[in-house]
Amino acid sequence: MSLWFWIIVACVVSYATKLVGYLVPAKWMKNERMSRVAATLTIGLLASLTVVNAFSSGQQLTFDARFGALLAAAVALVLRAPFLVVVIAGAAAAALLRLAGWG
Amino acid sequence: MKFLQSPAVKVGLSIAIATGLYGISFGALSVASGLDFWQTMALSFLLFSGGSQFAFIGVISGGGTGIAAMSASALLGIRNGIYGMQMNALLSPRTWRKLLAAQVTIDESTATASGQTDPGEQRRGFWAAGVGIFILWNLFTAVGALAGNALGDPKQWGLDGAAVAAFLALLWPRLRGKEPAAIAVVCGLATLLAVPFLPSGVPILVAAGVAGVIGWSAHNRVPAGMAPDIEPYDEPYSEHDCHHMVLPEDATASRGRAENGPQDRRPE
Repeated sequence: MSLWFWIIVACVVSYATKLVGYLVPAKWMKNERMSRVAATLTIGLLASLTVVNAFSSGQQLTFDARFGALLAAAVALVLRAPFLVVVIAGAAAAALLRLAGWG
Repeated sequence: MKFLQSPAVKVGLSIAIATGLYGISFGALSVASGLDFWQTMALSFLLFSGGSQFAFIGVISGGGTGIAAMSASALLGIRNGIYGMQMNALLSPRTWRKLLAAQVTIDESTATASGQTDPGEQRRGFWAAGVGIFILWNLFTAVGALAGNALGDPKQWGLDGAAVAAFLALLWPRLRGKEPAAIAVVCGLATLLAVPFLPSGVPILVAAGVAGVIGWSAHNRVPAGMAPDIEPYDEPYSEHDCHHMVLPEDATASRGRAENGPQDRRPE
């Protein structure tokens, strides 16, 4: 029962966090400086999400098949492949490398 | 049909499939860590933020208390608040849509939306990724919780590699020019340095902080091409995007980014 309680609290906190962002007036974000911050923020978050997904496992830095996925995706992007092809290239690289016994 | 032909929807749905399938591993791990089926489903349905959900069950399976699990999950969810701020400025959803948008505001829906140039495409991308992942994530959480580990590790299918590729593909079109590339490298390095010392999810906040400071302080030297709204795939889809731009509603929505006029958005 107590576990249920904390599950519900976690759900409420999660939703409230998301909603609070939406309650910040859009006007505050719509000036030159804030749109530049939004631009750098987007680049920073995407770079960080890429790195976290490629090189971390919990609090550990790892070097495994996901590095192959990163390389395969980069090659696909250099070749101007469509989004879905890039994603499939990443998945295939990771799956094949694991099949070959790495990572 | 127009909805399905939209390039942003294609991007959103590709991400939804790759991410949604990962729900299998969450469902299986959650049941293995001691939660029952309905507790597992409550997390996917109500909490709905992959990182926070894995953190919650990670603490429980490690013998931690409910309050510790809730705290870890709350900490990881902070970035969704930042995403909410960005999405509110970008999409300006109204009334009940705002309440719904908040629930599906996660890494992938935010990344899909901010990867588009056109306001209509941003909106379609956000909802396609957000709602698509919500449905598939819950569906596959149930599959995982019921079938346990019988289906095997999703890593075997390279789904974690798919996530890496998806985020790189969303980042890629923004890296034309030295300055955006430098920001990406600095934020990537900051993430790598932070990972061993901070709970998972928090390094992303560190990178966000670094990026925010760069954007705030060096604001006169950021090139115009680095708009928050460069579309990932300009070439094959450009004809689709043109007619959304003349709609009055869209014109209003893009006024805030007027300094990066439509002509400047495509660096080539």
